Amino acid sequence: MSPPFTISFEARDIACERGGRTLFEGLNFVLEPGGALLVSGPNGTGKTSLLRQIAGFLPLASGRFSAAGAEAATPIAELCHYVGHLNAAKTAMSVRENLAFWADFLEGGDLDGALDAFGLAPLADISAGLLSAGQKRKLALSRLFAAPRPIWLLDEPSVSLDAASVKRLDAAIRGHLKQGGIAIVSTHVPLKTKFAQELALGREHAA
Amino acid sequence: MALGFYLIVIVIIPLGLGPNLNLLARIAPGILWVGLLLAALLSAGRIFESDYEDGTLDVIATGPLPLPVVAGAKCLAHWVATGIPLVLLAPVLGLLLNLPLSAFPSLALAMLAGTPAVSFIAGIGASLTLGLRRSGLLLALLVVPLYVPILIFGVSSVTPYVSGPNSLWQPLLILCALSLASIVLAPFAAAAALRNALR
Repeated sequence: MSPPFTISFEARDIACERGGRTLFEGLNFVLEPGGALLVSGPNGTGKTSLLRQIAGFLPLASGRFSAAGAEAATPIAELCHYVGHLNAAKTAMSVRENLAFWADFLEGGDLDGALDAFGLAPLADISAGLLSAGQKRKLALSRLFAAPRPIWLLDEPSVSLDAASVKRLDAAIRGHLKQGGIAIVSTHVPLKTKFAQELALGREHAA
Repeated sequence: MALGFYLIVIVIIPLGLGPNLNLLARIAPGILWVGLLLAALLSAGRIFESDYEDGTLDVIATGPLPLPVVAGAKCLAHWVATGIPLVLLAPVLGLLLNLPLSAFPSLALAMLAGTPAVSFIAGIGASLTLGLRRSGLLLALLVVPLYVPILIFGVSSVTPYVSGPNSLWQPLLILCALSLASIVLAPFAAAAALRNALR
């Protein structure tokens, strides 16, 4: 088992601009170790953009992210697992090869643990191209366990998962938080995980 | 696939030009080089495309390896998988064009020295055109002008054996310089374009 994480994460005055339009501005939140943030809001209000900003893909229109703790010297992008709409599964490789590549590339190593996490062990030697949409999603989520990283960025993680797998996902997030990890999740499906905070995007007009 | 394309191009050119062996021998180096560049371009679009489409690029960007290293590795893979096989095929196709046997060693050397530049420059174009539809044509428009020096020095390092005395080494050294420079510079340019594609 990896040692507990001690990272806390702070976002200060974050703004996002896409195509000349301001999606959101003035976002602030602080997540202590074990903290979880639920990002909610209607379609097109910037949930994915916020997660991609944290992962370092999108530039910030203003503000900054900072991490404090033992690994704070590491760039924030390298503290993050980003699981987005695309599964990053290579169809020509088997499930095990896919996970082994990510465990290797992301400097993790617990391949069997990752295969077990979402029950993919029986499918380990099947080509990822033959997996169903839900199974591919599980493969993408298994990456979370292939290498330990403190910050999980999950964008609609429950899409195309069955009920049992959503439960597993819930348990996985809770286990991660118990270890002191941070989870920032955007979802439309209610999860059982207790989110310490909720960030509702796109409500300015309604309020 | 690139090999098949190269073969087809080189086979149809003598059919179009007629059976003038002297003419074929004279233009063989140029045709072999142009065919090689086009064949390499054909597969260049795929250098980053599948990673971009399936989200692998996102995960790679959060990995510990710097993006220029990843981009360089991808270009190197293109050279190994496409460049080297094309170089190996070129002398065989030279036979079809009546290229004198004495020109074969310099042809192989020049192509071996020049094809790394072909792959690495293709990497810049491939990363710049990520996410665009019908990106193949744009890729060619961007990259082919950058291939002009490779073509000129590539051909001139083979022609002395065909059309008269000239130094082999000067063009060959320039080809090496082009390759080394593109190996150093192209990964940074490609990485910057990849960052832009992630947005």
